[in-house]
Amino acid sequence: MKIKSESKLNWFYSAGLTKKILIAVVLIWFCLLIVLPFFGIVKACFENGADKFFSALMVPEARHAFILTMIISIIAIAFNTVFGVILAIVLVRYRFRGTSFFEGLVDLPFAVSPVVAGFMLIILFGKDGWIGQFFEMHQIKIIYAFPGMVLATLFVTLPFVAREIIPVLKEFGIQQEEAAYILGASRWQTFWKVTLPSIKWGLVYGMTLTMARSIGEFGAVLVVSGNIIYKTQTSTLHIHQSFTDFNYAGALSGAIALAMISFLILTGMQFINERR
Amino acid sequence: MGIEVMDISKTFDQFIAVDHVSFKVNEGEMVALLGPSGCGKSTILRMIAGLEVPDKGSIYLNGVDVTSMVTQKRKVGFVFQHYALFKHMTVINNIRFGMEIQKKPKPEIQEKVTELIHLVKLRGYENHYPDQLSGGQRQRVALARALAAEPKVLLLDEPFGALDAKVRKNLALWLKEFHEKLNITSIFVTHDQNEAFEISDTIVVINRGRVEQIGTARDVYENPESKFVASFIGKVNVIDAVVHENHIQIKGTQYTIQNMNNEYLQDGDIILLVRPEAIRICEEADKSHFIPSIIHEIHYRGSHYELDCSIGEQTIRVIEEKDRMRLSSWHENQNVFLKIHSYKIFQADQGHEKIKIKLKALGYIE
Amino acid sequence: MKLYQNSRMKNNKMNRTAQKKDGYVLQGISLFYTGFLIILPVLAITVKAFQGGGCNLWENITLPQASHALILTFAVAAIMVIINVITGTATAWVLVRYRFPLKNLMNSMIDLPFAIPTVVTGVMLVVLYGPKGLIGGFLEHNGMQIIFEKPAILLALLYVTFPFVVRSVQPVLLEMERDMEEAAKTLGATPSKIFFKIVMPTLTPAIITGAALSFSRAMGEFGSIAIVAGNIPFKTQVASVYIYGELESNNQQGALGVSVFLLLCSLFILILLNIIKNKKRTNEN
Repeated sequence: MKIKSESKLNWFYSAGLTKKILIAVVLIWFCLLIVLPFFGIVKACFENGADKFFSALMVPEARHAFILTMIISIIAIAFNTVFGVILAIVLVRYRFRGTSFFEGLVDLPFAVSPVVAGFMLIILFGKDGWIGQFFEMHQIKIIYAFPGMVLATLFVTLPFVAREIIPVLKEFGIQQEEAAYILGASRWQTFWKVTLPSIKWGLVYGMTLTMARSIGEFGAVLVVSGNIIYKTQTSTLHIHQSFTDFNYAGALSGAIALAMISFLILTGMQFINERR
Repeated sequence: MGIEVMDISKTFDQFIAVDHVSFKVNEGEMVALLGPSGCGKSTILRMIAGLEVPDKGSIYLNGVDVTSMVTQKRKVGFVFQHYALFKHMTVINNIRFGMEIQKKPKPEIQEKVTELIHLVKLRGYENHYPDQLSGGQRQRVALARALAAEPKVLLLDEPFGALDAKVRKNLALWLKEFHEKLNITSIFVTHDQNEAFEISDTIVVINRGRVEQIGTARDVYENPESKFVASFIGKVNVIDAVVHENHIQIKGTQYTIQNMNNEYLQDGDIILLVRPEAIRICEEADKSHFIPSIIHEIHYRGSHYELDCSIGEQTIRVIEEKDRMRLSSWHENQNVFLKIHSYKIFQADQGHEKIKIKLKALGYIE
Repeated sequence: MKLYQNSRMKNNKMNRTAQKKDGYVLQGISLFYTGFLIILPVLAITVKAFQGGGCNLWENITLPQASHALILTFAVAAIMVIINVITGTATAWVLVRYRFPLKNLMNSMIDLPFAIPTVVTGVMLVVLYGPKGLIGGFLEHNGMQIIFEKPAILLALLYVTFPFVVRSVQPVLLEMERDMEEAAKTLGATPSKIFFKIVMPTLTPAIITGAALSFSRAMGEFGSIAIVAGNIPFKTQVASVYIYGELESNNQQGALGVSVFLLLCSLFILILLNIIKNKKRTNEN
């Protein structure tokens, strides 16, 4: 969100004191709640020594978990970008009776607990599941294996791109597309040359959110993956595992690494927001 | 050839937007579709462009039935009220768009674009983006973009609606000259009667999805065929009256005026439509058909005066030139006499019947 | 006139016969994807849950451990919502209406909880509030423990849901027209009266939306709580952790009841949010 500086607003509270107190309270709350933990973790990292931090990170399980996380994230971003765009176009340009319901449906992954999400996928894609049965017949494992983790991540990150693009498409209006049709462009040409450039930043922002969420996804993947080290353990799972194994150094270093990445993503998000 | 619209209709949900509309645009002609907001004129234009599909009827472009043809293939040029320029492309890329889709060779594109930029007087703005241009400039880009694709027909949907009055006037004049140079079959949709008069020779007046009248500016002003056309085009006074033994008596008074038409009038209630400039004020009555009246209010309008005068319970507005005002002594609450030079008579729903008869005669409908 | 314009806008998008074919393909793809990934899983779990019989399901939910987990979840979430509504609205207010140093920095950091993985949040909170942490050490000294106790749950929830109310209220505040407040001022209303009688009613739908979103998130929050709360049954075990526990012990039946219950709550909140959104739309029209 970009804040435009409003100089005229200061008239509202005639007593400057109330304003100062309010600002101070909000700032203190914000720092205490949000900022402090972040700096706490950075401090802990350097307290224990940077070399310890790196050695913990380079442990094979940690490395493997990270690579797995990245692969899954890339797949999730790819799929949900394409489908997110399609969903948005269908919901905005092709309004039909069930549109409102579908928009709500797209929001479902936001509202559902990640463990419940993972559980639902186990029931559907597990050995005895409606869909799982068929894969079982062909010896393809979904649950407790890589495909299941991808599905879980796809589920929880589904809404991001769609939700970012939908308001942009609505605002963009249909007239530019109509003008393109009249000038002879096919629907596909119109999409590439006119629609896509206009939703560019919303799209990139949605993709960034998707990336952040898929790197950070925990509950659903934990439930669905069986948490087998070297095979189905992502970075977040690895951190949790380290923590419960009392390997605090490992947990801490993993957490710091992911926190840094998240911070970078956050910075990217702010940068994109300025451009919008 | 040109454009031929035959008995098209369109309903949105329960709302009848276009109701059996037919008209013709001759090749090279510019026709104005004139009507109030929501009367269906834009829908008609969009159907010609292929952005909407008529429920009934057919549309012919240059002799070809395009009713079910897709927009892309119709080769029409369309200018939107809010420009619909591609915001992320420069002026030059906007204009080139159609030609690139048609895969025209680069030198040809270059030449045509340069020519058009010169024609719409936007030299120097080639690499500007739409949001760096004024409304008038954007509309000229939109026009250039439409023309670059070499359309057979040009459709303009209230193109100056989003612009200031002054800009609008200048652009209207410019467009007229432009059209005279290019001679492309065109339809211009507007709700502004002055604009329609300025730009085109033939005017199709639309109201509530139906054609009210087709004619020249003079036709629709001097000989309106329905109450709607008479009141929509220019200013008009609506006077209730009663016909008795071929004399027209103004309701609420015992004053009558002579029936100036050739046809004998039936007894009954009628409406008199009188243009403000068709009434004359005199201090004294010198023939038996001057109507006594009282001046209620005098309005100064800059180039003329408008006087509100009463006839019985009804108030009418009269236009008086400045010279005459200076020479006269009109003031408020003064007793004067009015003479009505010309008027049009209508029954309650006579308008639609008349228009149907005329269209039948022209062969537009069965 | 309005009716006409609305119908026409609706039909613009539907009436392109030749382009309709492409439309069907896209609609088909969307239907397939959302059906496959969203509708089917929900159906699958609901069907499976009721396969065992409704009574069975209810029994599962009312088991002491399960019901305790549910009550704990809702109670802490409720407290969190109240706190967040107040702090979130205040934060949004301060960000929109005032100028102060580091404002833009703070504004960018509001989204931090969105970007950070939940387990990392958990670790951060343990580091800060654990027995050896900056604040934790100090509290331990005074006999207060946060980590592995109930307060940790509240803390984790406050962190991960912080942005919801703020980001929900902010745009509404930004868009708000000031003339109503100015008119009230000329009529003699005090600042607090203006705030409660004029500003709040406008903000209320946004606040409710933010509250609903944070409540929904809180009900399902797992990663951070799994780390900070220790997950001691009957003490600090929330619903999501209970479900996980049951799944780990291969007791799918046990997990079904609570899962479906949470799912229904989520759906309920979604419907509520939808209603608010539609109300807003009709108000604007």
